[in-house]
Amino acid sequence: MYKKSLSYPYLVWAAAFIIIPLLFIVYYGLTDRSGAFTLENLMAITTAEHSKALFLSLLLSLVSTAICLLLAYPLALILSNSKLGRSGFIIFLFILPMWMNFLLRTLAWVVLLDTNGVLDTLFKTLGLPRFKIINTPAAIVFGMVYDFLPFMILPIYNVISKIDINVINAARDLGANSFQTLYKVIFPLSLPGVISGITMVFVPSLTTFVISTLLGGGKILLIGNVIEQEFMKGTSWHVGSGLSLVLMLFIIISMVLSSKYDNGEGNVL
Amino acid sequence: MSNRLIDLQHITKIYDGHKVLDDLNLYFNENKFLTLLGPSGCGKTTTLRILGGFETPDEGRVIFNGEDITNLPPNKRTLNTVFQKYALFTHMNIAENIAFGLKISGKSKAYIDDKIKYALKLVNLDGYEKRMPDSLSGGQQQRIAIARAIVNEPKVLLLDEPLGALDLKLRQEMQYELIRMKNELGITFIYVTHDQEEALTMSDTIVVMNQGYIQQIGSPEDIYNEPTNAFVADFIGDSNIFPGTMVEDKVVKIFDTIFPCVDTGFGHNKPVDVVIRPEDVELGKPGKGTVDGVVSHQIFKGVHYEMEVTACGQEWLVQSTKMHPVGEHVSIFVDPFNIQIMNKPESEDEEAVVLDV
Amino acid sequence: MIKKWVQRFYLFLIILFLYAPIGTLIVLSFNNSRTSVKWGGFSLKWYQQLFESKTILAALGNTLLLALLSAIFATILGTLAAIAIYHMKKRRQSICMSIVNIPMLNAEIVTGIAFMLLFISVGNLLSIFGIHFEMGFGTVLIGHITFNLPYVVLSVMPKLKQLNLSMYEAALDLGAGEGQAFFRIVLPDIMPGVLSGFLLSFTMSLDDFVITHFVKGLGADTLSTLIYSELRKGIKPEMYALSTIMFLAVFVVLMLVNLSPQKHIKEEQYR
Repeated sequence: MYKKSLSYPYLVWAAAFIIIPLLFIVYYGLTDRSGAFTLENLMAITTAEHSKALFLSLLLSLVSTAICLLLAYPLALILSNSKLGRSGFIIFLFILPMWMNFLLRTLAWVVLLDTNGVLDTLFKTLGLPRFKIINTPAAIVFGMVYDFLPFMILPIYNVISKIDINVINAARDLGANSFQTLYKVIFPLSLPGVISGITMVFVPSLTTFVISTLLGGGKILLIGNVIEQEFMKGTSWHVGSGLSLVLMLFIIISMVLSSKYDNGEGNVL
Repeated sequence: MSNRLIDLQHITKIYDGHKVLDDLNLYFNENKFLTLLGPSGCGKTTTLRILGGFETPDEGRVIFNGEDITNLPPNKRTLNTVFQKYALFTHMNIAENIAFGLKISGKSKAYIDDKIKYALKLVNLDGYEKRMPDSLSGGQQQRIAIARAIVNEPKVLLLDEPLGALDLKLRQEMQYELIRMKNELGITFIYVTHDQEEALTMSDTIVVMNQGYIQQIGSPEDIYNEPTNAFVADFIGDSNIFPGTMVEDKVVKIFDTIFPCVDTGFGHNKPVDVVIRPEDVELGKPGKGTVDGVVSHQIFKGVHYEMEVTACGQEWLVQSTKMHPVGEHVSIFVDPFNIQIMNKPESEDEEAVVLDV
Repeated sequence: MIKKWVQRFYLFLIILFLYAPIGTLIVLSFNNSRTSVKWGGFSLKWYQQLFESKTILAALGNTLLLALLSAIFATILGTLAAIAIYHMKKRRQSICMSIVNIPMLNAEIVTGIAFMLLFISVGNLLSIFGIHFEMGFGTVLIGHITFNLPYVVLSVMPKLKQLNLSMYEAALDLGAGEGQAFFRIVLPDIMPGVLSGFLLSFTMSLDDFVITHFVKGLGADTLSTLIYSELRKGIKPEMYALSTIMFLAVFVVLMLVNLSPQKHIKEEQYR
């Protein structure tokens, strides 16, 4: 059944469209307009404007990831525990938003958070202070959490629901109460799912430019925005590539961390 | 006041409208090896789980040492369970696994270290403290599961078919190990299995269960030699079970042939079940025994030859170290002492009986 | 332990959080008035305007075509790759699997600009020879196929691992050629994985924005890129109608997949 030639089409494709493009970024990132080698593009990250964007991106993505984790973990526990959760339908409900168009979901939050939007008007009528969140970093966090929460729920739920019920019974049998069981047994065993979820939320939220454009009014610049503008507004591809390389460093770090916990089977959405 | 360590009173458990246990009454005394034996679905595992606290009965009470523990959660009971698939904590090493219960109850480090050493010695796995569960074989994992349970000095150890996943040789070794451990620890073992050979080997007392009811309780010899009904006779060991008529005390008629036996009290001309173990059927020259027949099948089993003899229009299962080839004409003789008479059951499920084990 | 009702309430809160925005959009799509806060009566006029818009319909056509084509190519390419990788020795296997995973683990923006650099450079190179090469539908298709590949490989792999090799050997034993044995025995057996890889690719392609954004050049708008450019100008109520339709479509498709006998594949694929 196996012929080496089977893999050739794929390998050719991978070389052409995965490896080579990345090499382009490396090339552009390490050269200037004349083609000479330079570290200028990488150092571009240190300018005030760029480092501010990077810092803000890190801050917002870390906050969003933390919020997603805090919301998703109890949810995953509840779902694996209850009979309700065993039925595919409830899981389906939590997964469904994932398949909805990303932009439209973000649009939904624009509608809700907008000045004179739904929540603002609601607060006004209730006599509460105005809900002026749109175009602030807080709005972007809302957007990130909303867009990426299902990606945190899924892997954690998968791992927890696969824990042998007898291991939990054994912990209780040996004297652990519910909290001790959670802390000493369930949480350590769920760690691969947690790491997976963190990776699936942190990287996209770190590098997004859509959410910040739509919910930040174009005024809040994340590192994704900076890079996108360098390319689409035609300023400097070299700087853009350099910044991308720096960004990739963060991504590689998170990949290395997550592969330590990966059981090698790969995580499919 | 008898030595009742555990008393199950009127336990009923229903799953999805199906009564898994119906008015079960059973009690256990101290320091015995007790086995709940029966086919899948007979309720033995449910009973064990109720004892462990992982299920609550729909009706009835569980009394432990005089205290009603029916609603007590598992972590507050002084029983410990050894699970079927070991359920070791894969993220902890062996020492941490064993120490788990002790750490929860706040024992000192010195105490814990001592106990770990003792437990590993007991299960013949000295020096395995730092190993991870995944690196151990099935048999070793099983022994660690036992070690983890007994360090907490429970009064009763519950074992849920712990040897099921092991191969034959290992299972036989472990059976002897379990008996040795029980004697060394001096605690009560309550063991669940569907393997009747296992039950016969290890138990002081066997409780045979079927469909949520207790069929018979007794020592291995009693259960084997004097089964009280057809189900028990059929489940334990091989047997010939024939319908018969009790003519009068000590005389039974099977297929129009009179066989003298030793049982009394079954009435006159009453229909009964007769059980004869294959190793008790003696084959001889035609005309020498009670009835004649022809050998129809023969297999060499190593320990003995297993043959089927057609006599009285029925197949008789015979086990003997002497070989009789197919087609040979033989006679059948059974020592009256080896003929066991049983009441015909009124329904498929026998009524539960309150008995002292 | 925490009471049941607290648990149920928490579940409800999260569901509310997830669906309130979507619900709002759906409601607003039927709103006669333009604003999002006043209800002006029930109306289907936004749907009407939606269907009359040529740009939207063109984008829809592009989107569906792209999804279909990229899914087909990715499925074929990816299935072959999965089979090849499955048979590789450990070291080669892990190298290949890492390559497979790159598009998935890499940030989309990086993949997007990498493509852009590639295509523009190729365009520049080709123009030296007088060949006119521009980014458009073709480049978007290439991009989509590339990021779909990992999903196909990762859907087919588990099925391959579960494959009973004896079945294949039995077929050979009974006289089938290798190709026959593959198509009649192996393929049907891994089909659930192949199909779910296809479905996953289709969906990912439909939903993609970032990569399309960078490689679409001047033409070839998909729904996502269209929505983005419109949203930057301000919200038009036709968007609400579009959202509702797309939400319903996804809902129906996923319901069908979940209710069909292949439900277990979707769940396996989630693992």
